[in-house]
This record gives sequence, C-alpha cells and structure tokens, in this order.
Amino acid sequence: MHKIDPSRMDLVEEFRNNPDGPYSPELTLVVNRLRLMPMADRHILVCTRRGREWVLAKMPSTRGTKLELIEGQVFDEYSRGVWEVFKRRWQTVTGVDLA
Amino acid sequence: MKKILGYLNAWVIAPGEVLKVKVSTYGSERYHADLVRVICGDANPDHGIYREEEIDAPFSGEYTGRLQPIDCGSYAVLPNSPEFTTLDSFTVQAWIWPTTPDKGEQGIITHWQDDPAHGFALLIDDSGALAMKVGDGSGNVSEVSIDKPLATRRWHLVSGLYDAKSGQISVCQEPINVDHENHQAAIATKQINPGKVGTTDSPLMFAAFPMMQANGKPGSQCHFNGKIDRPRLTAGILSAAERSVVAWDALPHERNRHVIGAWDFSHDIGTDVVSDVSPNGLHGYTVNLPSRGCKGYNWSGAEQDWKQAPQEYGAAHFHDDDLYDAGWETDFEYIVPDDLRSGVYAVRLKADDDEWYVTFFVRPPRGTTTSKLAFLASTVTYMAYSNYHWLFHERFSEVTEAMWATLEKTEVFLQEHNELGLSTYDTHSDGSGVRYASRLRPVLNMAAKTPLWSFNADTLIMGWLENQGIEYDVITDEDLHQEGASLLDQYQAVLTGTHPEYYTTPMWDGMRAYLARKGRLIYLGGNGFIWRCALSSEMPGILELRRPEDGIRYRDEEPGESYLEFTGEYGGLWRRLGMPPQALVGVGTVAVGFDASGYYKRKEASFDSRASFIFEGIGDDEVIGDFGIVGGGASGGEIDAVDPMMGTPSHTLVVASSEGHSENTYLAPDECGFNHSAMNGTQNPNVRADMTFFETPGGGGVFSVGSISWSGSLSHNDYDNNVSRITRNVIRRFLDNKPFVMPD
Ligand SMILES: [Fe+2]
Repeated sequence: MHKIDPSRMDLVEEFRNNPDGPYSPELTLVVNRLRLMPMADRHILVCTRRGREWVLAKMPSTRGTKLELIEGQVFDEYSRGVWEVFKRRWQTVTGVDLA
Repeated sequence: MKKILGYLNAWVIAPGEVLKVKVSTYGSERYHADLVRVICGDANPDHGIYREEEIDAPFSGEYTGRLQPIDCGSYAVLPNSPEFTTLDSFTVQAWIWPTTPDKGEQGIITHWQDDPAHGFALLIDDSGALAMKVGDGSGNVSEVSIDKPLATRRWHLVSGLYDAKSGQISVCQEPINVDHENHQAAIATKQINPGKVGTTDSPLMFAAFPMMQANGKPGSQCHFNGKIDRPRLTAGILSAAERSVVAWDALPHERNRHVIGAWDFSHDIGTDVVSDVSPNGLHGYTVNLPSRGCKGYNWSGAEQDWKQAPQEYGAAHFHDDDLYDAGWETDFEYIVPDDLRSGVYAVRLKADDDEWYVTFFVRPPRGTTTSKLAFLASTVTYMAYSNYHWLFHERFSEVTEAMWATLEKTEVFLQEHNELGLSTYDTHSDGSGVRYASRLRPVLNMAAKTPLWSFNADTLIMGWLENQGIEYDVITDEDLHQEGASLLDQYQAVLTGTHPEYYTTPMWDGMRAYLARKGRLIYLGGNGFIWRCALSSEMPGILELRRPEDGIRYRDEEPGESYLEFTGEYGGLWRRLGMPPQALVGVGTVAVGFDASGYYKRKEASFDSRASFIFEGIGDDEVIGDFGIVGGGASGGEIDAVDPMMGTPSHTLVVASSEGHSENTYLAPDECGFNHSAMNGTQNPNVRADMTFFETPGGGGVFSVGSISWSGSLSHNDYDNNVSRITRNVIRRFLDNKPFVMPD
C-alpha cells in the first residue's frame, strides 16, 4: 500500500486548493490511501441540510452503534468539510497534525 | 436525528384500494400526516427544481406517535405440542455450520421460557462452544458446555441429551473434517437433579430464543448465524451409533421409532413452511426468511441445482439481521379515490423537526389507462436497493465511487438501527451476501428529498414530464411481473426510469413480447435489464437475488447456491443466461463511474432519415449534454453501449456516442476477461454510452440513451436544453400512431 510522505506539504496544498479534484497522480495516491482507512474510526461527513450543511462525524467500529458527531465541526460548504476530513485522516495515517 | 418513519402495505395501488399506513416515531409524541403528490424529489436548493403538491385527504391531521419495534433476525417456529411438553428423557440434534460462533449466546434448538427458566435449549454459549441448558421451572438452570469454540464455517453434528431418570445432561459435537484440518469430537456431561424439564408455553424454535417484544407480541433474541440442517428431536437417550443414524437418515423414524420430530428444509424451498417428515407432522414456519436452497452437510458438489439433489440441499441459512415483514400496526388507512390521477405520491409525515415521505405509486383504475404513455417505475430495482448499507459497511466504497463518504441522516439511522434490515448490495453480519430485500419495512432510500439515485433520480424524469406538460400513467415493475405484456400492450409507449436494473423472468418476457408485437420503449437510463431476480408467489413484497459468476455483484455468491429458491431458476446476469440486454434494447452495460460524467456527440447514423425525428432542432455538430446535476454530464453513472456479439439488432442506428469519461470510470467486470492498465474512461475506447434507435417488425421501436445521468441534464437551463429536446422529440414521435417501418 502507498506510504504517504508527511513532508509533502505541496500535495496538502494541492488538495486544499482543489478538494473536489481531479487530483494529480501523486495526490491521487494520497487520496486513495486516505480513503482506504478501515471503516472503524473513519472521519466522514453527515449531510444535515441538503446542499447547505454538513457535520464532521466518526464511524463506530461495529454495526448498529452510534456515530460520533464531532462538536463544533459544522460546514456550510461541502469542500470545507472535505478539507477537514482530509486533515483528520492525514493525521490518523501519518501521525502529523496539519492544523 | 430521525424522529419518524413509516411504510405501507403496498407500493403500488389502484383507485378504490386501501393503503395501510404504519408509522413509528423515535422520541416524538405527536406527528402530522398529509398526502402529497411528488413531482420532483431533488431537494438541493441550488438546483431549484423540487416540487410537491399537497392533496386533500381524509387522513390529514395530527396523530399520537409511538415506537413500533421490529423483530429482526430469522428463525423457525414449531408451534407448541404435547409432544414437546410431555418430554421425559430426550435427544435433540442438528447439523450446524456456524458462521459467527464467537458473537455471544445463540439458540440452535430451543424450547425455552424465562422468569423462571423452563424448558431446554441447545445453544452456542458466550465462549463460542456448544452447550445445553435445562430449566426446571422453579428457578434452577443447569448448563453444560463443551468449553471449546466450534470451528467457523465447518459442519458439525451437535447433540444435546437429557436423561430425566439419572439427571445426566450431555452435549456432544462431531465435526465433519475437511481435508487438512483435524477438528476433534467432544462430549461434556454434567449431573443435575433428575426429573422432567419444566413445561413451557413457548414453541420449539430453531436459531433463536423467544422474547416478548415491547408491544407484547412474541419475538426472538440470541439469533444463531449460520446453517442448520436436519434438526431432530427423539425420545430417550440415543447412543452415538443411534445419533448417527437419526442424523444421517432422511426418514429417521423408519430406523428409530422414538423419533418425535424430523424437520427437513429441503422440502418447501421457496416458502416459509418447515416440514416435519416424521409421522407426528409437527410442521412449523420460518420468520424473516432464512435462506433456503442452501447446501447441506452432505453436499457432494455433483449438482449445483437444489431441484436436482434436494437431499443435499437440506440446510437453511439463518442470520441475525434478516428481515421480511416489520409487522407494524396500522396507524390509519386511506382508500384511494377514483379521481386521484395516476402518479407518484407520498404520505408526508412530520414530527418535531423531522419529516419523512412514505412513497407510493397510484396506477390508473384497474383495466383502464388514462394516458398513451406509461412511466414504468422500477420498483423491483428500488426493492433491491432498499436500505442500502454498502457505503458505510464496505471499506472499499470510497475508492469505488471516488468520493468521500458523506452520509445522509437516513444512513446514520440505518447504521444505528440494525433492525431495519439490509439491501441486496450488502453483506450480513456473518459476511454472507444478502439475498432478500423486502418492502414491508421502512425503506430509507425510496423517498423524496433523498440523494439522486434509483427512485429519487427517477423523479427527475417525472419533474421534467410535468414541466413539459406530457401526460403519463405510472405503472410499476410489480404490475408488469403480474400482468406481463397485457399491461404494456395498453400503452402506445413506455418510458423507463434511470436504472431499471433488476428483472424477473415474467417482467423480461412481458417486455420482450410487448416490443415484439408493436410496443415502443424509451429506455432513459443505464445499467438496465441486468440481473434476473425473483418475486415470491407465496410471500408478497420480497425480492430474491443471487449473484453468481460475473457482473457488478458487490460480493461473491456462495458456490453451489446460484439457483433462486423462489422460482428454482438459475440466477445471475441476463447476459449469462443467453438473453443480454443488448438484444432487448440495443445496449448493455460497459462501464461505471461516479465522479464525473461525459457528454454525447452525434454520429453519422444520426443523419439517417430514420433517425431525423430524434435530432429535430439540434445542430449537426452540437455537443449533447455537456451539463447536468449528476456528474456534470448526460453520460455517466453507469453507461451502456452496443455489442453485436451480445445481440444488438443488426439494423440498430448508433446515433450518438459519449466522450469525456473520467479516469475513475471503469469497465464493468463482465466486460473484461482480465484486468489491465487501460480500463478507465480516459484510456479505454469501450468506456462510452451509445444512444441508439431501432424499429421493430410490428411498427414499434426502441430508443435508448444508455446512461443513468441522462435524467440529471433534463432540468438544465430551466428545462431548455438539447437533452430535454431530444427526449421530447422521441416521446412525441413514439406517441404518434404512425408505425415505424423496418429498413430493408
Ligand atoms: Fe445498480
């Protein structure tokens, strides 16, 4: 599996400037790696108002149990929510906090 | 988040018939109900095309809410009998193939009642081991366990013995070894106070323990995951040799006169009947549809078809998340009035800050039509997708769809409530594929204001028809299944939705006959006419699907279990059955991609006089559908193309083909014999949708766009665009009585 180089801030910048894609081949490898996290504890978005509001959430580890909605992480633009998902997963996978 | 849900006794209904509305609230004490006609269900405010219309209905008003429970998980019930309540010493046995022995207590064969404990149960205990417990009715429970976990997905003969005279209780497991493993037989025995086990009012159950539901109705708990084959109950204590004879023999009472019950799931496959083949006739029934037509402990592999070797297909596969009928009480009824026009409707439920649309389809009064055009709502496909969990159950879902998982409130609710059951895209909690999907439960992805897929994508077409002032009747897959070509024959033309993927054989035959006679079909979708599935003639409202071999199947089918239990037919892709969609409608699926859509360009054949009606008002070089709300183009999602090898009629005109597909649009598995490095839309010439037209000998014709996202372009520029124009041109010509003429 692709190993993300946490020093590649150029790829982070590319994502931040164009979260909806399409991505460069190198960024695609990073994005696919972040999309392949185990489902348990994966940060995702929940749409709370169609086209208007998304909330950051974390998937639980088992079926039939509650998602954790992350306090204060509400977005009125989808791409801003996606950027937050990217940062959280980057931290999970590389250990580096992009905040 | 979700406060209210509901479902109906039917998805399609005719005037004069009764709709039963079943509602549950989740924390809300009151709710409000209204009737609406759903015109376009796309609630994205940026699109500005959502439309619903309130209709007066006698049921409109305030109601008291209540929580309606669901008893999910499959099991079998053998109604109580004196044969069970007068048991003295006994031996209970079954072949089992446990799929999750480590998930906690699971009933295998139970005759049990709590508080105080009565009866007996052969079970898997908390340690994953076979165990037996008895309750004497005065508070004493005795349990004996093998104390060693059962092997997962391996067959074992399991037995429980209780000697009322000596007070000895025993369990015994005898594995059938696979070639390179060496599971050992084991027995455990315990001495308890002698005497009969306590008499219980409970039935005998397979694969669960009984439980009283919150509404006072009998239900179930501690479900067993896996297969059970040839369960038996025999009076007295059987020796190892006697146990073996009773277990292996299909008619064990012929060998042992003490047999009380010998149940055989190879009888009555396709129904909920559980037959006792012993002379006692202690028949029962299954609840929530365990899978039948399943390989038994003795499957040799010589036959793949349960009809040819039923004695080797004696297993039922039970799952703790199976669900057929949610069994809710009716809150109110609605008799559909004679003057309610055919269309898509919903009971709109509101509770506190939440709302829910319970969708249904009104067809014209039976035996009549009210339009020359029928919209054929893909209700069988809606059923296959009902309560789809794949997005948040499957690790590879994000890379499959090239997106970041974004859940709806409805999907959050599904994640948190296993009891609503699964779709045929999902896997059960034990990893096996889901084969059944029911409409007799709340379906959280068949409603207005949900994402644009399947049902709600089809409302983009309905909204467009309304905008264009084109009249239409709505009929459904279930109507086609029951009435066949005689239903379609009443219409000058039939319009499909965006994704008519699943077809039963009667639906397929009906459509085929309609087109062969004089019918006219406008296929406005993609990935249509793909899978053979089945509806039950015994049990209404449930779909069965098996996904053998090939295709976009999401999961593997269990080998040897590819024959549908409802019909006995071989399941799978219609193309593998020798009846490809290309032979029916000109095109068949070639590729799938969800991130970005392409557009069409006209081809030489579009200038043929046979096709000129399609392109009236369209420029010779005009790019078609390079816009839209589904991936930004009219060709996308799942796309279909012609293939002469697959039977595309030889006189088919390919009037346009698509371009501009993304690198995340890939060939479908059935289109590629071997993966390679040029399978995506930027590299592979086969990744395209073909827009086609052909005439039929009876004066009819078929027009196909071969794309799911076509409908997402209809509303562009306030419905004034070339996708809208082409669709309108085709409908207008197809509604003209003038016959089409076959070319020479
Ligand atoms: Fe599909």
